[in-house]
Amino acid sequence: MVLNCCVNGQAVWSDVEPRLLLSDFLRHTLRLTGTHVGCEMGACGACTVIVDGDAVRSCLIFAAQVDGADIRTVESLDSNGSMSLVQELFHRHHALQCGYCTSGFLMTITAALERGALPQSDEATREFLSGNICRCTGYQSIVDAVLELIR
Amino acid sequence: MVCPNALNEVLDLLALHADAKVLAGGQSLVPMMNLRLVQPELLIDLNRVRGLSDISFADGELRIGAMVRQKALFGHPLVERHSPLIAAAMPHIGHVQTRNRGTIGGSIAHADPAAELPLVVAALNGTLVVQSKRGVRKISADSFFVDGLTTTLESDELLTEIRLPSAPVGISVAFREFARRHGDFAIASACVQLSDRELVAALGGVGGRPHICRDLSEAFSRGCPGSDRLSTLIAHEVGLLQPQSDLQASAEYRRHLACLALTKCLQQVMS
Repeated sequence: MVLNCCVNGQAVWSDVEPRLLLSDFLRHTLRLTGTHVGCEMGACGACTVIVDGDAVRSCLIFAAQVDGADIRTVESLDSNGSMSLVQELFHRHHALQCGYCTSGFLMTITAALERGALPQSDEATREFLSGNICRCTGYQSIVDAVLELIR
Repeated sequence: MVCPNALNEVLDLLALHADAKVLAGGQSLVPMMNLRLVQPELLIDLNRVRGLSDISFADGELRIGAMVRQKALFGHPLVERHSPLIAAAMPHIGHVQTRNRGTIGGSIAHADPAAELPLVVAALNGTLVVQSKRGVRKISADSFFVDGLTTTLESDELLTEIRLPSAPVGISVAFREFARRHGDFAIASACVQLSDRELVAALGGVGGRPHICRDLSEAFSRGCPGSDRLSTLIAHEVGLLQPQSDLQASAEYRRHLACLALTKCLQQVMS
């Protein structure tokens, strides 16, 4: 199927198998391996990317479905080698250890920041982050990064 | 996979391909495809079909298009005014990423016994509007949900709209669920709506389909029961459940949680 979309500001044209997942298209076809695949069944959130402004799980969308869409991955966050504010705060709060889940967290938080939909309390932050699983940090440092972002 | 733009095209395709599956938000179907539990011959993507994403109010009913995303239900003024029970359930439904894609119609047609939207629609006995080349059918939620992942939807039919009776003024609603992680499907859940005329209550995650607490409603129609009588009534409803044991919870634990969820809901609406 023909796929025309915009990935990280670049126009992309491709002929894709209908069965190809967006996560595999990004990683294998475009070689944008910053998007990670964890569970491949929509539970872990590692593959979260932004499609037309919304944080979505790229393992639950077929590539052919994003025809005409604007897609952003973790590779779009820094500019000229300097980190985005969310990345800076993750760095400052040590909100990652192995880093496998990090790109998913960053994209979830970035989408909410851009939409003005960030949570406003500690408890709401934990609920907001419940769609992303981290097996290293115990979440506290990630929550701290988001809370500083809100402030 | 085909991506039609018009409802007619979808109905034509469904009439031709009995093994076709329709793809709405994909938040349940695609995981099942990724696990190879489902291998449809043909996938009909509804995401470009026009006219399935409206929320309106007409003839005393809230009408929600099947492709309305869960994020659009969240905080929608018509939903909050006419169906506060849906509004109460919304924060429990999935996570921000799944609500951005997941649809009300997809959740209801999928009929996961632990899902929140089928529970609420069953509790309110909403009407499911389904269409096929043969015409339009309106099915009450009570006769729509048959068992886990099983509804009375025929293979050539598409769920196009969900209609809910407008909630009476001055009602109170409650929704409680127990899940391993916030936003996950419930191990057990309960929802209750109380007006000066009637009480509706339903339990989810504790059987193949939502359990409607009819005896409890019947008791309330004869007057508000005292606390001892209420405990007996709750125990009676929970005794009717036939939950499954699985990796998440034993049947007995599910009954226990259902009892707790229903009790808390009733306390909330009666306070």
